[in-house]
Amino acid sequence: MKLLLGGVLLAAGFAVVPFFTARNDLLNLGVQIFLAVSLAQSWNLLGGYGGQINLGHAAFFGLGALATRILWVDGVPLFFALGAGAVVATAFGVLIGGPAFRLRGAYFAIGTLALAEILRITVGNLMPEISTIPTADLASYSLVPRYYLGLALAIVCVVLVAIVIRSRVGLGIQAVREDEAAAEASGVGALRHKLLALALSTALVGLTGGVYAYYHVSYYPQHAFSPGWTFDAVLISFIGGVGTLHGPILGALFYVILKEFLALRLVELHLLIFGVLFILVVLFLPGGLVEAWSRARRLIGRRG
Amino acid sequence: MILTQQLVLGLLVGGLYGLAAAGLSLTFGVLRILNVAHGELLMLGGYAAFWLFALWGIDPFLSLLGIGPAMFILGLVLYWALFQFVVRAHEELRIKNSLLIGFGLTLVLHTLAIHFWTADERAVTTAYAGAVIRVGTLAIPLVRLTSLVLAFAVLTALQLFLARARWGRAIRATAEDWEAAALMGIPVGKTYLLAFALGTALAGIAGGLVSVSYSISPSIGLEWTLKALIVVVLAGLGSLFGCFAGGILLGLAEATSVVFLGGPYREVIGLLLFLIILVVRPQGLFGGRA
Repeated sequence: MKLLLGGVLLAAGFAVVPFFTARNDLLNLGVQIFLAVSLAQSWNLLGGYGGQINLGHAAFFGLGALATRILWVDGVPLFFALGAGAVVATAFGVLIGGPAFRLRGAYFAIGTLALAEILRITVGNLMPEISTIPTADLASYSLVPRYYLGLALAIVCVVLVAIVIRSRVGLGIQAVREDEAAAEASGVGALRHKLLALALSTALVGLTGGVYAYYHVSYYPQHAFSPGWTFDAVLISFIGGVGTLHGPILGALFYVILKEFLALRLVELHLLIFGVLFILVVLFLPGGLVEAWSRARRLIGRRG
Repeated sequence: MILTQQLVLGLLVGGLYGLAAAGLSLTFGVLRILNVAHGELLMLGGYAAFWLFALWGIDPFLSLLGIGPAMFILGLVLYWALFQFVVRAHEELRIKNSLLIGFGLTLVLHTLAIHFWTADERAVTTAYAGAVIRVGTLAIPLVRLTSLVLAFAVLTALQLFLARARWGRAIRATAEDWEAAALMGIPVGKTYLLAFALGTALAGIAGGLVSVSYSISPSIGLEWTLKALIVVVLAGLGSLFGCFAGGILLGLAEATSVVFLGGPYREVIGLLLFLIILVVRPQGLFGGRA
């Protein structure tokens, strides 16, 4: 209940920002936070709740961006273009997940890693030119609608994941993570639940890619497939608290703001700090910031 | 004609793919962990050869004698600092955590490499770098041929070690069934340590050879991790010579694709092959078990 209230207040807080300031740097920072929340929450659904490590999240982000950008620049209404991006990402997700999930262990992780590289190289070959929005749209480019679209996207991702994990399907997804054999024995189909989690995860990240494509005036199509997007999603999920609903939100706030702060001072080296932090979290604090917080509270509670 | 020449080059690079894959296959087979930072370790070996040559003029083939042991020690350190915590978990979690740790390690090593050595591409250019052996109309680059022979020699030495030496047999026994091995009095923890360090040394030697014939940069890590993964999946687990054969197969497949599809798709063909094998024959072309 407290968390729900916190979430609503946070969303409302972000929603009123454009009323008080028109500073582009603040609005851009907001969009980055929204994209980070969506990237991480979509990864978290499959990786955290489903227990399946996707090392090619960038592939689905990139596909969403690519499809949305092409259609939108071509004149298709934005919401149809976004939907198409989500559909394309999901289609590829199921295409790779179907065979990979039949095998256990690392096959899904390396399969997605390979898929992301195939797409990155192929898109770089086919579309080496930078993609810029048409001059007519350029004149009317405004940051505020993009800010609100980003906020809406982040809310959709969080709310949808919240609903799913409490539903019957969501409980099945988590049961499969805990013990596949036991889940199967209780009539929860492992493959079906993994595929459902994957389909929803890729749909959401495809949508996120689409918003990215709508947000940026110009970028290289290949860039949306860069492994950096996977790194962002995995790092944020783990640093915040993987397998929890508020972990990726906390992680995204922490990550984007600290990154902005460090990037000015340390340039490239800030990635080193996040990399080390990530490894430490995986080894010694698997619950991330969320777990650190509850541990700290227990410690204070015991003293008081 | 062009096809034959390309196939020769593919064969030569294939030996390095095999060597890169052997280290990964060793750690995967024995520790049941998948180190996705394998390509970054290879990159470190490449930079070691490059700097030894650039600063002190040490011949890259000679410096392999130092790079191998140095990377072995790095492997010990990495195991001690990171992977020993991973192998304590049961199998499913072990794979998962090793993927995550390796993933974090790629980011750390990649960033450090850019910071210290810039993002420029480098290569070791020795006085004999341009030498070729001509067979009819074919040109065979001497350094690449030497690399292939060395890769084969290293794998043979490793195969002998695994087959004959006491510790080599301990590694094989642990790979087969670690619980039974532990009951027979084999110190499984030390065997893991040794296998991981050997895998790291193999990556380093492969990197040294890559820097001589091809180029290195901080971003080659992912590319080489994928090459090694492709070869491991092609070959199936268990045999070092399977790795060598798989590597050469990949080299030849890439060469064929360069002739028919052009250079830009060289990397894609191997990855596609990899996905197809994953779907159709996950135990690998030469492997017996899944």
